[in-house]
Amino acid sequence: MKAAVIVFPGSNCDRDIALALEQSIGKPTTMLWHQDTNVPDVDLIVVPGGFSYGDYLRCGAMAAHSPIMREVKRRADKGTRVLGICNGFQIITEAGLLPGVLMRNKDLKYVCKDVLVKVEDSQSAFTAKYKVGDVLRIPIGHAEGNYFADEATLKELEDQGRVAFRYCTPTGEITDAANPNGSQHNIAGVFNKARTVLGMMPHPERLADKHLGGTDGRAMFDALVETLA
Amino acid sequence: MNKVSAITPEVIKTHGLSDDEYKRVLEVLGREPNLVELGIFSVMWSEHCSYKSSKKWLKTLPTTAPWVICGPGENAGVIDIGEGLAAIFKMESHNHPSFIEPYQGAATGVGGILRDVFTMGARPIANMNALRFGDPKHPKTRHLVAGVVAGIGGYGNCVGVPTVGGEVNFHASYNGNILVNAMTVGLAQQDKIFYSAAAGAGNPVVYVGSKTGRDGIHGATMASAEFDANSEEKRPTVQVGDPFTEKLLIEACMELMQTDVIQSIQDMGAAGLTSSSFEMASKGGMGVELDMNAVPCREEGMTPYEMMLSESQERMLIILKPGKEDVARKIFEKWELDFAVIGHLTDTGRMVLKFNGETVCDLPIDPLAQASPEYDRPWVPTVKQAALASASVKDVPWPEALKTLMGCPDIASRRWVWEQYDHMVMMDTAQRPGGDAAVVRIHRSNRALAITTDCTPRYVKADPFEGGKQAVAETWRNLTAVGARPLAITDNLNFGNPQKPEIMGQIVEAIKGIGEACKALDYPVISGNVSLYNETDGSPILPTPAIGGVGILDDLDTMATVAFKAEGETLLLIGQTNEKDGWLGQSLYLREIAGQEKGAPPPVDLVHERKSGDVVRSLIRGGKVTACHDLADGGLLVAVTEMALAGNIGCRLENLVAKPGVLFGEDQGRYLVTTKDAGTVEAAAKQAGVSVSRIGATTGKALSFAGQSVELAELRRMHEEWFPAYMAAPK
Repeated sequence: MKAAVIVFPGSNCDRDIALALEQSIGKPTTMLWHQDTNVPDVDLIVVPGGFSYGDYLRCGAMAAHSPIMREVKRRADKGTRVLGICNGFQIITEAGLLPGVLMRNKDLKYVCKDVLVKVEDSQSAFTAKYKVGDVLRIPIGHAEGNYFADEATLKELEDQGRVAFRYCTPTGEITDAANPNGSQHNIAGVFNKARTVLGMMPHPERLADKHLGGTDGRAMFDALVETLA
Repeated sequence: MNKVSAITPEVIKTHGLSDDEYKRVLEVLGREPNLVELGIFSVMWSEHCSYKSSKKWLKTLPTTAPWVICGPGENAGVIDIGEGLAAIFKMESHNHPSFIEPYQGAATGVGGILRDVFTMGARPIANMNALRFGDPKHPKTRHLVAGVVAGIGGYGNCVGVPTVGGEVNFHASYNGNILVNAMTVGLAQQDKIFYSAAAGAGNPVVYVGSKTGRDGIHGATMASAEFDANSEEKRPTVQVGDPFTEKLLIEACMELMQTDVIQSIQDMGAAGLTSSSFEMASKGGMGVELDMNAVPCREEGMTPYEMMLSESQERMLIILKPGKEDVARKIFEKWELDFAVIGHLTDTGRMVLKFNGETVCDLPIDPLAQASPEYDRPWVPTVKQAALASASVKDVPWPEALKTLMGCPDIASRRWVWEQYDHMVMMDTAQRPGGDAAVVRIHRSNRALAITTDCTPRYVKADPFEGGKQAVAETWRNLTAVGARPLAITDNLNFGNPQKPEIMGQIVEAIKGIGEACKALDYPVISGNVSLYNETDGSPILPTPAIGGVGILDDLDTMATVAFKAEGETLLLIGQTNEKDGWLGQSLYLREIAGQEKGAPPPVDLVHERKSGDVVRSLIRGGKVTACHDLADGGLLVAVTEMALAGNIGCRLENLVAKPGVLFGEDQGRYLVTTKDAGTVEAAAKQAGVSVSRIGATTGKALSFAGQSVELAELRRMHEEWFPAYMAAPK
């Protein structure tokens, strides 16, 4: 599998995701500067977390209009897998690759902690190594992770089974108490229709190494490598 | 020359120079200064930049060891951590700005200390912060806590450096003068360390980063004066942080440092362009000539005076090797940062500033530096308090006392604070906030740095010498408790007005105590910062010499944590408890349960400290213990409870005398460990001449002792509830 990670001014999880991918792929990942127009032929494009353009306008809004995002959209339309994590999720929703928007957390504060998410779908290259109903421990770190979409969009997402992960209790129940940011339907991650684009607020790369306290995120990268090999 | 403003006694006074100091200015110059020059003198000779009250005593601190690459005097200290790598770190205060405008004050404190570290060639890998606030009941405290925590998070999270730990304390002495001490640790290649001494007449002086605005003018002078009721009028002197620009600046500087074009580099911190250009030239014995028209400005019509004294953030000054301007310019243009050649080095030894074709400043650098005031301020020793007889202290049933302590402001869980900090970015945080020390892996290796900050100001107040020793020893102990080898410290000395002999006495004795502990533990001071005049309306803060310690773990797999790991393991206490009664003087039990702050603080026996620590470290590294925690605020039962809560496993205690001093006393140099092999632990301790006793076993979901028991769930509720409830309370 060949993967590329896009680096915007202010990205700060670019090195992290590249390392997690390298661990599963066995070789280094290509880093693409946001002004690069020449995107190599890859199987996976990652839009990483961080604070692109300082989040000074609306999170992800400026990066979404970066020239490279036009190319990312073109590739996504052709089926190249695209993964947006945290600020990357915000960027790809702003760019129209996924529906909805990430609003300010319900309690208005930035929050960094491990959360539990329930796997809702295992029919994608990202989630193939999980089982539906698995409860994963994956960290979040954001101030704007409160997923919102209008009723029609939410119904469409639910009807088409496009919710990838939901915040949950240790036994997999979907409760308000388990929801760290006020997201509708406890949504932590969503797919596009073809399940080739995934946006998620939790950081799977942050728990893919035993020295960091857990490895629940590792299977996502292993699955991508197996599926896209 | 600038003739706009006459130098009147009033102008001299507002620049914070004493009559004697102004006389010295006249001697150095042989004439009256103009306003630009007076401004430069005022910041260079401010307490903040010159250390004039503390220098005499700071010189007595041990600053060398075979592993010290660079001690105090540079932007930050540098130690050898093996395999060609260096750790670069420093702690610095941003107290005064944070009281006036907590969000921006704290945010720019983080930004400033980051620049001190990456300017030397290190990629920042961890931030820490030591915070002290007033009485929780004081009407301003909640607002200040909220603002400072949000500011630290807002800046640190955006730049993508994990904030991995620190401390938060409350005491009424900080009601009008909070402390915000920020520490950054960075990692560099030993052959790629950059210093600030300028060299090479003709070499270009380059300004990079943000534009210069009118913010922060005279911040260093403000930080060198006491507060009064009108202090909030100084809000315009607090700078505004731009973490996005800082992130770009880090990446641009890291990229530039991979090329071979930098002769020297320094960040523009307190006193901005003045101190950076002056100090770089002074250290290198050079002169410097700057064209003020070339300085990138945010607003039109800025005067040289404003440009020289602005403390706008996210700016660096670089001396390039000759002809390397284009290489450097390209990198900064890529990162969309300002880049301007604003002058060159000279061999005249003078600082010459030109503006609109006129010379607006012409100062002799070396004489100005040489004439920098250094005071031997009068001091009186602190009157020592008699040791408190522990038997005289009110005895409360232990479950009640424990619950009170676990939920008191100084012990309650800090989760509300550190969940607002990204403590995981960079993917090397092997031990998160809440343990004895943060552990940050050295990227792509199995080694790690352990980092902690500590100080117990109530001890320092009661006995500055013992309190100074204790602050150092506690950092050493916390590093040891995770299995690390302590290497060096940075000190951030926060005190009141040094012109009062009793305050100067606290400074002198605390520094002596710090020095003694550093010597005994082979644990030198490699960087630091002094913050004086922390008083409001004449009322000083508790003396607070915050210590930041750094150590190394040679094998991350042997790292210890505080959490109980399994039921059925033996709990042992390692280290000496004072006689049979335990030490309650200046303890949290005394303050929170008996309502008293008195007595001598627990003494630190440095020989015992080293022995007990060395045994514990070798047991951890040998894999003989399953959990380890040092004993600190609240003593034995608080430490046991913290271990139990972290592992969600209870404990049955035995072989302890049921007295408050034994259960809650704060005797120093002690650790708790759990093990499957108590015999080995006992043998190792006995062989080293360190006392050791079996005091219980891990079991169940409660803490039980002497026929009484408390559920962990209840202790957890007490521990976790205070901070969020306090912060959510109506204003």
